[in-house]
Amino acid sequence: MPPILELRGITKRFPGVLANDHIDLTLNQGEIHALLGENGAGKSTLMNVLYGLYHPDEGEILIRDKPAHITGPRDAIAQGIGMVHQHFMLIPVFTVTENVMLGDESITNGVVLDRKKVAQEIRDLSVRYGLEVNPDLYIKDLSVGIQQRVEIIKLLYRKADILILDEPTAVLTPQEADDLFQVLRNLKAQGNSIIFITHKLREVLELADRITVLRLGKVVGSADPKSTNSAELARMMVGRSVILSVDKAPAQPKEVVLKVEHLTVRDPRAGDAVNDISFEVRAGEVLGIAGVQGNGQTELAQALTGLRAVESGRVTILGHDTTHATPRQLFELDVAHVPEDRQQDGLVLSFPVEDNLVLNEYYRPPFAQGISLNFKEIERAAAERLKEYDIRTPSIFVKTANLSGGNQQKVIVAREFTGPIKLLIASQPTRGLDVGSIEYIHNRIIEKRDAGTAVLLISNELDEIMSLSDRIAVMYKGRIIDTVNAAEATKEALGLLMAGVQQDAAHAPEISPELKTEMQDEIA
Amino acid sequence: MTQATATSIPPATLAPAPRANVWRSILDTLTIPVLAIFTALVASGLIIAFTAPTVLELLPTFFQQPGVVLGTMWNTVITAYLALFQGAFGDWGAILQAVQTWSSTGDATELWRALRDPFESLVAATPYIFTGLAVAVGFKGGLFNIGVEGQLFAGAIASAWLGFAIDGLPWFIHLPLALFGGIAAGAVWAGIAGLLKATRGVNEVINTIMLNYIMFLLTDWLLSDGGPLRGSAGAPRTPEIYPTAYLPRLLPDPVRFHWGFFLAIGAVFFVYWFLWKTTIGFEVRTVGASPTAAKYAGIAVGRVIVLTMALSGSLAGLGGANELLGLNHYMVAAFSPGYGFDAIALALLGKSNPFGVLASALLFGALRNGATRMQSVASVPVDIISVMQAMIIAFIAAPEIVRWIYRLRAPAQQEREVFARGWGG
Ligand SMILES: Nc1ncnc2c1ncn2[C@@H]1O[C@H](COP(=O)(O)OP(=O)(O)OP(=O)(O)O)[C@@H](O)[C@H]1O
Ligand SMILES: [Mg+2]
Repeated sequence: MPPILELRGITKRFPGVLANDHIDLTLNQGEIHALLGENGAGKSTLMNVLYGLYHPDEGEILIRDKPAHITGPRDAIAQGIGMVHQHFMLIPVFTVTENVMLGDESITNGVVLDRKKVAQEIRDLSVRYGLEVNPDLYIKDLSVGIQQRVEIIKLLYRKADILILDEPTAVLTPQEADDLFQVLRNLKAQGNSIIFITHKLREVLELADRITVLRLGKVVGSADPKSTNSAELARMMVGRSVILSVDKAPAQPKEVVLKVEHLTVRDPRAGDAVNDISFEVRAGEVLGIAGVQGNGQTELAQALTGLRAVESGRVTILGHDTTHATPRQLFELDVAHVPEDRQQDGLVLSFPVEDNLVLNEYYRPPFAQGISLNFKEIERAAAERLKEYDIRTPSIFVKTANLSGGNQQKVIVAREFTGPIKLLIASQPTRGLDVGSIEYIHNRIIEKRDAGTAVLLISNELDEIMSLSDRIAVMYKGRIIDTVNAAEATKEALGLLMAGVQQDAAHAPEISPELKTEMQDEIA
Repeated sequence: MTQATATSIPPATLAPAPRANVWRSILDTLTIPVLAIFTALVASGLIIAFTAPTVLELLPTFFQQPGVVLGTMWNTVITAYLALFQGAFGDWGAILQAVQTWSSTGDATELWRALRDPFESLVAATPYIFTGLAVAVGFKGGLFNIGVEGQLFAGAIASAWLGFAIDGLPWFIHLPLALFGGIAAGAVWAGIAGLLKATRGVNEVINTIMLNYIMFLLTDWLLSDGGPLRGSAGAPRTPEIYPTAYLPRLLPDPVRFHWGFFLAIGAVFFVYWFLWKTTIGFEVRTVGASPTAAKYAGIAVGRVIVLTMALSGSLAGLGGANELLGLNHYMVAAFSPGYGFDAIALALLGKSNPFGVLASALLFGALRNGATRMQSVASVPVDIISVMQAMIIAFIAAPEIVRWIYRLRAPAQQEREVFARGWGG
């Protein structure tokens, strides 16, 4: 059987970058094809070419053995190609049905849009592929995982049978990712073909039928998931062997740097997002916060970093009361923060890379003298950070939006890790990074720890938490339900805690009776 | 070498390289505006051709004598545009002749009369520069200041009052005082809107519109019969200011060109320096580009909003003072034909860049000024200029139309921007 899709010699240049260099790729009917590669290897670019968002400089695309002329997403959709971008293109104040109809408002009952009919179709699709979603809910009320389902339904509704997913699991919880895999398997079973981009090798081995690896814009090889392993894939991607586990000496905790006492943070929609939490982080140790996303980790980090108001309780950093401190005051206390949402908080996408590399430090020497900016210094520091963190961009003057997703993340890490930091609050620090970069960032975090920085690490990746942390606190429904020693923690035990199951009741005298019954209900 | 791979180029080789491809990017930036202006000229030409009374008269006979009708159309448009350009940039035949008269007789009256038009274009451009900058500064800070017209009024009134109420000061004190009065009044008036936004979250679009109404009505009252600033003349206007507060003219009558133009040019450079070379400007632009990232970066977002509004208003206020101290020398409600509103279009046309604003203001000034002559010579209504300006803006705002007309491809940079979001890029 001929392949359903064939890319031949696709080349795409950007000023100073050859993002795709004569790439050949085939996709067979009914297969899941994983696309792997370093940050900046050209994966998103290639998919955007296929989806008609870029015009290739060279090369051709064949669909079902016929040359396809794709000049925009409209053509792509007409040919049965659908793409889910990493950040969803949904309108929060519209319902699921309205979002699905958007751009294809052909279904009317005479004059007005026939929402009922579309909603029914959505229900049919849900049942058929196991994509459970209520068509009448508003997008803004849905979790990330469900929003992603809506994106997939949108494609199926438009009759796409070639599906492209660009890093779909980067923002999902492991549970949501498993659900997504089930959906993808269903889709595959019904004859759809899928291209899947990810940096998580485990997922690739579990899900893919075929693997293609890109490096520096070229195809460097392909692999069969049945006969390969993570280490081999990592080597193929990065071009050297990657140590996938973190090597670290036992922590030597010193004085208390961050002290949190009875902290409560309110979310206007959901009540107490963080509920009476107390903990400490000492110099020279990593405290990991584990938990299923949405259990208050985001709000905790925001409250500690001055981005969200504290309702009650007290936060002390190195003896200073910082309960209501501004981000600038915290920065002056040498607190660094890798924010969870890099595009919203961490970067000004329309600014050049150099500006983002000094985004929180621009106002003081050597970057400023009085009120005048010292560009020489900014450029020097930016070039240095660029090199140190291997940020792939043709120059520091490129707009940050033009960097690949992983390289954007590296810009933030490079900025936050520079200088003498006493406390590092890192939320999802390696989200969207390739294995090589993750290795590098992990080593830097441990290096910081050993140099006496107190680290508060918040991550959805249990592996990351387990390999970096010295102690692990598990958050559930806005509370820390237990803190365990990382050396003794097991995945299973943490998993149970994350689900709210308290093994040792004597451990948690604070848990209220209602919460306990609630938890027991959940177990039952 | 750098083309060969997608690897990062070692920073060492970057250092000598200038900010990537300046000329290329300037060319890219100019393509659309130039084509937009050209297209608007052509389209307005068609409107002129089809609305001229002479043409309308002949139109029913089009099929009998198409040549004559088309000829008349052509002539109408050419006459109108010739008058427009002569009005805007001067009648160079007349100027050359005047130079001859002057060199042979020593009488320069003719020369200055002929030079009045081109200089008048600069005079007309001056308030546009100030108000355009005011809107642009707001845009850069993420604020839509629709209140520029009101702030212009505030500046004009303040400088008028300082100009006529204080006597006996030397010019080098009186003039700066009157100018600063205008700046302060504009800053305060706009600052109110900024303060409301920063502390109460009131949308600046709504409250600047409201402040406009308040300022217009306040002006009416101040100038009304028995009002506090009413002069002795029979009309609703203030007394004349003392000559010590005049922005001096630079050339003999009837050329009205005055120092205000150079103030405006100074303001352009100031705004450029402020926005791109200072830490406060960096804060303004950061708040404008991403308030959430600004907060994260430790910027006091509320304070920056107030400051941005105040700066925007001070430029508008200076514009008002400039008109008053340079041209009118007394305050009347009708002193502005809506500079503050045209300024919004102008800032869009100039892409909120101070030099872009300068170029657009010079264009608008020239068109406005040329239109007067076009009306008197070719009896084409001045309003056609508003149509033309509107079309230029529309084409700039929707570059796809221009690209489609001229079959241009979107530049790769822009291709990217549309969707370059998300973790996956
Ligand atoms: N408009 C642009 N200008 C300059 N460089 C660009 C532009 N668009 C993309 N690039 C570059 O092209 C290369 C490939 O980017 P792409 O987004 O395809 O990477 P990716 O493989 O998806 O990486 P990631 O895993 O980090 O998402 C990167 O070096 C990126 O900086
Ligand atoms: Mg990508």
